[in-house]
Amino acid sequence: MTEQLDAGVVARQIKESDLLGGPGGGNEVGRARRRKEDARLVTGRTQWTDNIQLPGLLHVAFLRSPMAHARITRVDTSVARTQPGVVAVFSGADFAAEQGSLPCAWPVSEDIVIPDHPPMAVTEVRYAGEAVACVVATDRYKAADALDAIEIDYEPLDAVTDMTAALEDDSPKVHESGNKAFTWTFAQGDIDAAFRDAPVRVDRTYVQQRLIPSAMEPRAVVAQTDGDSFTLHSATQIPHILRVMLALTTGIPEHKLRVIAPDVGGGFGSKLQVTAEEVLCLLITRRLGKPVKWTESRSEGNLTVHHGRDQLQRISVAADADGRVRGVKVDLLADMGAYLMLVTPGVPLLGAFMYSGIYKMDAYDFTCTGVFTTKMPTDAYRGAGRPEATFAIERIMDELAAELGMDPIELRRRNWIGHTEFPYTTICGLTYDSGNYEAATDRALALFGYDKLRAEQADRRERDDPVQLGIGVSTYTEMCGLAPSRVLGSLSYGAGGWEHASVRVLPTGKVEVVTGTSPHGQGHETAWSQIVADALGVPFEDVAVIHGDTSSSHKGMDTYGSRSLVVGGVAVVQACEKVKEKAKQVAAHLMEASPDDVEFSRGEFRVRGTGTSRTIQEVALATFAAHDLPDGFEPRLDADATFDPDNFSFPHGTHLCAVEVDTETGATRIRSYVAVDDVGNVVNPLIVEGQVHGGIAQGIAQALFEEAVHDADGNLLTTTMADYLLPSAADLPAYTTDRTETPATTNPLGVKGVGEAGTIASTPAVVNAIVDALRPYGVRDVPMPCTPERVWRALGPARTTKSTDGGLS
Amino acid sequence: MPRISVTVDGIRYDEEVEPRLLLVHFLRDRLGKTGTPIGCDTSNCGACTVLLDGRSAKSCSVLAVQADGCDIVTIEGLAAGESWHPMQKAFHEEHALQCGYCTPGMIMAAIDLLHDDPDPSEEDIREGLEGNLCRCTGYCTIVRAVRRAAREMSQEQEGAAAS
Repeated sequence: MTEQLDAGVVARQIKESDLLGGPGGGNEVGRARRRKEDARLVTGRTQWTDNIQLPGLLHVAFLRSPMAHARITRVDTSVARTQPGVVAVFSGADFAAEQGSLPCAWPVSEDIVIPDHPPMAVTEVRYAGEAVACVVATDRYKAADALDAIEIDYEPLDAVTDMTAALEDDSPKVHESGNKAFTWTFAQGDIDAAFRDAPVRVDRTYVQQRLIPSAMEPRAVVAQTDGDSFTLHSATQIPHILRVMLALTTGIPEHKLRVIAPDVGGGFGSKLQVTAEEVLCLLITRRLGKPVKWTESRSEGNLTVHHGRDQLQRISVAADADGRVRGVKVDLLADMGAYLMLVTPGVPLLGAFMYSGIYKMDAYDFTCTGVFTTKMPTDAYRGAGRPEATFAIERIMDELAAELGMDPIELRRRNWIGHTEFPYTTICGLTYDSGNYEAATDRALALFGYDKLRAEQADRRERDDPVQLGIGVSTYTEMCGLAPSRVLGSLSYGAGGWEHASVRVLPTGKVEVVTGTSPHGQGHETAWSQIVADALGVPFEDVAVIHGDTSSSHKGMDTYGSRSLVVGGVAVVQACEKVKEKAKQVAAHLMEASPDDVEFSRGEFRVRGTGTSRTIQEVALATFAAHDLPDGFEPRLDADATFDPDNFSFPHGTHLCAVEVDTETGATRIRSYVAVDDVGNVVNPLIVEGQVHGGIAQGIAQALFEEAVHDADGNLLTTTMADYLLPSAADLPAYTTDRTETPATTNPLGVKGVGEAGTIASTPAVVNAIVDALRPYGVRDVPMPCTPERVWRALGPARTTKSTDGGLS
Repeated sequence: MPRISVTVDGIRYDEEVEPRLLLVHFLRDRLGKTGTPIGCDTSNCGACTVLLDGRSAKSCSVLAVQADGCDIVTIEGLAAGESWHPMQKAFHEEHALQCGYCTPGMIMAAIDLLHDDPDPSEEDIREGLEGNLCRCTGYCTIVRAVRRAAREMSQEQEGAAAS
C-alpha cells in the first residue's frame, strides 16, 4: 500500500515548469508561488477573532434550548444575575423589541413562507440549540458558570424530523403556516415525450445526508461601540454582506457600522451567514456600552452553525437502447430546518441547473419542495446544491450503464457535449463557454490504469475474492463564480454578484490592492499579488493585498461559490488596466511623446522605436510630486473597477476512484484516486492543487464518514468531534491529480472557479466505486455515509440471494 | 488560588491560577500566547497542541496547574528569531496549510512525531498525526511537508555531526 501511496505523492509534485511563467505572458501568473500568508500562520502571529483582548472586555455565553420544539413558559434570570462576575443576563423577552428577524436574502418563489426568525427565542424554540438566554460576565468561565443558574420552563411540542412525514396533513407543525416553505419548478423540453416508450428507464432515490461543515476555527464575535458607531469583528466569510444585513436587521445605520473579518480559519460556506450571535453581540454592546466577546465551543457549533445538504432526491432517467439519454426528471425534498437563513432556500436552486451535468438531452423536469423541520437550518456548504445534483446524475449514469450492460465511461462518451460543440446551451438553459471532457477523461483513464483495474476486478469477481474491487466514475461540471447579477435577480436573489477592486500605486512604486473578496484560506494575498505583478510589471513582493475590513475595503461581495478569482480577480485585472492607462499619459508627457507612441511591457513605458523609457515606479514618483503632469491630469495613479460577469464559470473534470470492499466486514478502502480537473488557466498551481485536494477530502468524507444524526425527538446526537467523524490523515488516501487547461472564454484571465470542484466531483466517484464492487451481489445502492455497517447491511440479503443461485456465498 | 511556575517559549511566569483553568486558556488569555488556537472541546482536533517538556500535548486537555514546573514551547517560540524551524519551512514550501488554523498544532505534533521516528513513511505520518484534524488540505501536502522536514532535519544533524 505504501508503494502505491508513494507513487501518488510523486505524481502530484509541482512540476518544474510550474515555477516559470504562465499563460499571462508575465513571470508570475501560472507560477507555483509559495504563499505570502504563510509567514504569520506558521509562526502563530495570527489575528483570529478570539485573540482580541480589549480593556473592559466582557464575555458572552448563550443558554441554548435542550429541546427541538417547545413553548417557553417561564424564564427566571434573577439568581444568575447575582453570580460572581456577572454583569448582565438577558432572555429573548429583553431583546424582543429590537432584535428583528434574521434575514433570508433568497425568497425563491412568490408564495414562499419566510417565518419570523428571532435571534433569541422569545416564546417558542424550534430546534435544539436555539439561543434562549445569555450571560455577560467578566470572563468566559464565569459566564459559563452562571448559565446553570438560569431557570427556564418548557412545554414540549412535537418534533418534526422527517421531511416526508412533515408534508402529511396530520403532521405536527413547525410554524403556524405549516411545514412547506415553497415549491419551485423548472422544465425544458417535452419530458413526457422523452419518457414515453423510452426503451430504458431508471428510477432512483438518493439521500443527501445532513452534514456539519466543521471549519476548524469555531465562530467568534467581538462587538464594541464608542456610543455612536459600532465595530464588529467576526469569523465570517462575508464582512461586506454582513454589514449591510446587520444594518438592516439592527437598525444601526450602515455608515456607523464597521465589520472586520480578521484571519478566518476556514468557512466552506458555514461562515456565509448572518448569525444570531452576531446580531445579539451588537445588541448587548449597544445595551451595556462595553465591548463583548463570544466564542463558541465546538459542541455549541455543531448544534448551531448552519448545516449542509439534507435532501431527498427522486431522480429518473429515460434513455434509448444505445444509451442516449432522452430526459431527466427530478423531484426533490430539501430540508430547510426550522427557519430560512441567508440563502437557505436558494441552495437547492443552485443545484437545479446541474442535473443535466455534462450531458445532452431532450427534456428536463425539476421540482423542489422546501420543507421545515425542527432542526438547525441548512444553508450553503461547499458546493451548495451542486454536489447534490452532481451526485444524483453521476450515480444514475452508472446505474443506467449497468442497466444497459455498458461501460460507464462509454455511456458518458455517448452523451457528453463534444469539445467542438462549445459554447453549448444545455437543457437547463446554461451556456457552457468551454470545456474538453474527452481530454480530461482520457488523461484520467491513463493515470488511473483503467483497463488494468477492470481486468483485476474481473479476476476478483471470477474467483469470488471476499475483497472485491470497484471502480467509480464521476465526470462532473459545475456552475460557479457567483454570479451574473441579472441572473441572480431572475432567481429572486436579494443582491448582485459583482466584485470590486482598487489598485493604488504609492509614491515609491509599491502597490496596494484593495479587494472585496474575503479570503479565509484561499491565498488571495498571493494570487492577487501575482496578477498585479504581471499586469503592472512590478515585483511580486511589492504588492500588498488589503481585505476583510469594511473601513479599508468599502465595497465587496466576499468569498463563496468559487467566485473570488473569476469575479474578484478579474476586477483586479480591470483596475490594473485603468492604472496603466493613467500611467501611460504621465509617461508620455515625461518623455515628450504622444501616448499613442508609448508602449508598455513588464513595468516599462517606452516610446516606440526609441531608447527612451520610464519605469512605472518613476512614473509613480512623478505623479506623486505632480510638478510636471499633463494639463488637467488628476495627480494619482489609483483606479478601481467593479466587475459583473456575463456568465457563470464551468470548471469540469473526471475523477476516478478504485475501492476495495471487504464483503465479509463491509469495510472499504480507497485503493487509488485520480482527479483530472480543468479549471481553465491557472494563476497559482500550488493553490489550485490545494483546493482540489481539500475538496476531494470533503467529498470523500460525505461518501464514507460524515453524518449529522438526530434522534426521534430531534436532538442532535453528533454534537462533538468524537461523534461526528471528520476524517484524519489516517482515514484518507493520497490523490493523483492533474489538469487539462481549456481557458474560459468569459473572462480575460481565462480562469474558472476551483474552490468547490473537488467536493462536487468526489462523492459520486466514491459511492459509484462501492456500488460497482458490489453489483454482482445485486447491490444497487449504499446510503451515505457508506460505513462498514451500511455496506454490510446492503450486502446481506443480496449475498443470500446470490448464494441460492449457486453463485457467490 | 494555586500558584504555578512555568516557562513558556523561554520566559518564566509565576502566576496564580484557578485549579480548573485549562492550560490553553492560561496560554491564550493570561499570557497572550494566541498563536495556539482552540478547535474543539473534546481533545479530538489537536489545534492546541504544544510541546510540554519536549513532548506534544493537547493544551486543552491539561490543566494549568498540571503544567507547574514544566517547560512549554508553543508555535510562537519555535523559530530562532526570524529563522524558522525546519517544520515551519516545510509547511510553507509544501503548501501544507490553507486557513492555517490547525497549523500550529499540526506543526507541534509533527515535530514530536519526528522525535520518535526521524524517518517516518507516509503511512507512519498519517497514523502519527491522526490526532490532529485539518479541514482544508486533505492532508497530502502535510504528509509531504513532514517528509521534507524529516530530510532537512536529518541533514542538519549529519552536518552538525560532521563539523
